[in-house]
This record gives sequence, structure tokens and C-alpha cells, in this order.
Amino acid sequence: MDPATFELLRDIASGIVFAVGGAFLLIGAFGLVRLPDVWSRLHAAGVVDTVGAELILVGMMIQAGFTQATLKLILIGLFLFVTSPTATHAVANAAFMAGIRPVRLRRNESGEVIGDRSNKEPQP
Amino acid sequence: MAILLAITAALFVAVLLVLIRLFAGPTLYDRVLAVNTFGTLTVLLLSALGFVTERPDFLDIAMLYALINFVSTIAILKFFRYRALGRATTRGEEV
Amino acid sequence: MAKAVGLLVALFALWLGLSGYFKPFLLTLGVLSCLFTLYLARRMNLLDDEAVPLQLRPGLLLYWSWLGGEVVKSAWAVSRVILAREMPISQQLIAVPCTQKTEMGHVIFANSITLTPGTVTVETAPGKFLVHALTEEAANLDGFAEMGRRVAEVEAR
Repeated sequence: MDPATFELLRDIASGIVFAVGGAFLLIGAFGLVRLPDVWSRLHAAGVVDTVGAELILVGMMIQAGFTQATLKLILIGLFLFVTSPTATHAVANAAFMAGIRPVRLRRNESGEVIGDRSNKEPQP
Repeated sequence: MAILLAITAALFVAVLLVLIRLFAGPTLYDRVLAVNTFGTLTVLLLSALGFVTERPDFLDIAMLYALINFVSTIAILKFFRYRALGRATTRGEEV
Repeated sequence: MAKAVGLLVALFALWLGLSGYFKPFLLTLGVLSCLFTLYLARRMNLLDDEAVPLQLRPGLLLYWSWLGGEVVKSAWAVSRVILAREMPISQQLIAVPCTQKTEMGHVIFANSITLTPGTVTVETAPGKFLVHALTEEAANLDGFAEMGRRVAEVEAR
């Protein structure tokens, strides 16, 4: 395979990955604006943090090839993979402790898990 | 390079949307969430800019930013929960 | 002892990967800084299962690839909810039983639940998690049981 064809194939592959990742990023950011309350927005932020970010990093890895840049991109991806759920959980737990509850809650089994503390009045 | 410029533009649009939530968010937790997402997008933006300007050093900055972003999110939440940063939070402690 | 060697190897691999230099003088400095970090970690009693998780089985990598597929699937579901004209959200807080034996197993399970868009672990108690789900489909207890079974395969002991 001559270098020009290889470069073209690489550009096509990374273009597809970038397009999918960018679409997820934009949808997630749009959801962050559109959804009604903190609890639903957590999931929109999850879409940005996981699929969007990782896919764009993968696209950059395809662009970089086997270089040191790919190694650093893998490390960034690993950091995001480990830290983003922890940060999301920290926000959810802090909001729960502050007494903020989801709007139009269908089913609430929080009493089963934490006992009496779930009966705390929500803050205004 | 046109692909990377396109993805940079998409990242800018996403950052603008997140900034709307950052300024409008009614509660503190909306804002913290927006700041965290903003940080993730900044990491991606820094890496993309490193490719566009062909300076791989930007990746080191992006890596550091990913770590600082996580620590700052946790620090803000810890501060607003305990109203102090110095106190240790032992396991099983009820607040 | 195994933990110390594992941490040293991981630290030096990270140093090599980030620096990219192979001159003898710089390599010596790298080894010295890794040894100093190891000494500090030992002084701080960090050499345990949490900081150096050598006890996990190699099946963790397989589990991560399975998790990646699940994440993409549920991200697609959440994206459809966001783009629908009448957003069909029905938020719920559900109790999910966790059957893992070790603390590391609990951490992996809770983080996997949070990593999947559509579900977030809110609070933990002995034997169960409080999980916030965005839609009815996301709050599927069979799905959580499947994920929990796979995590239990990965954790050791």
C-alpha cells in the first residue's frame, strides 16, 4: 500500500470516529441545557464524559499513529475513564445529601438503602 | 488538518452550550456539573489544538488539566458539604 | 513485597512513557525518582490492595471491553431521550443489590453503573446501592444483575 492511500484510509477512519464522537458531544451538551433538573442533567454530562470524549481521543490516536502522542492520549483516556464516574457520583451524592430530589419521581426506594435519612425535607 | 479544525469548532459549540448551563444553572450542583464537563471539553480542546498547531507538548498540559479538573471538582463539593477543606472525612462518618 | 515491585514497575513504565528519553544519565534519575516515590508510598502505608490492585484478574480488560459496548448502547438510548420532542423521562431512585465480596469489587461495580449513561450510583449501604435511573428501560434490575455477575468474576477471592 503506498503512503498516499494509507493516509487517505487513516483520514477516513478518524473522520468517521470524529463525526460520531462529535455528534455525541453536541447531543450531550445540548442535553445539559435542555433537560429539566440536576438529576437528569447528570446523564447528559455522562454522555459527554464517556462516549464523546473517548471517541474523540480514539480519533486523535488514529491520526497520530504509533508515536509517543498515542501513549499520552491513552493515558488521558484512562484518567477520564477513572475520574469521570467518580466526579459524577460526587455531584450526585452531594445533591442527595443537600436534600435535592428529582422532579416527577416515579419510584423512590431510597428508604430501603439509607433508612430514616431519606425523609429529610427538601431545601427550597 | 481540516478534520481537526472541524472537531475544534464542534468542541467550541459544545463549550458554549455548557457555559449557558454554567451561568443559568439554578442550583450549585448544576454549576459544578457544568464546570466538570467544561473541564473535560477543555482537555479535548487542548489535545486538538496540539494536533492543529503540531506541538505535542500540548498533550502534557491536557493530561495535567484532566487531573486538576477532577481534584477541583472534588474540592468544591467537599468545601460546600463540610464548609472546610482541612478536616479529614473518615469512613462511616455521619454529617 | 510483590506490591512494592509492582508499584515500582508501574511507576517506571509511566516515567518512560511520559519522558521518551533513553540516555543513561536521565534513566538513572528516573529510577531514583521512582525509588523515592516508592519510599514515600511505603511511609504513607499506601502499599495495599487499593493503591496497587495486583489481586485483580486479567479478565478486567475483557470486562472493560464489554463495558465499553454497554456504555455506547446506553449513550445512544440517552441521546434519543434528549433529542425526542417530548422527553420521555421517568426518573426513579431504585435499590440495587450488590453481591461482590471485596471492597474493590464494590468500587468497580458502582463506578461501572455510574459510567453507563442513564444510571448513576447515588449512595451506598452494606449490600445495596441507591441508583438513580433516567428512564424505565435504564432501571432494569436484570441488567444490573448481569453486570454484577461479570464484576464478581473479575474480582479475586
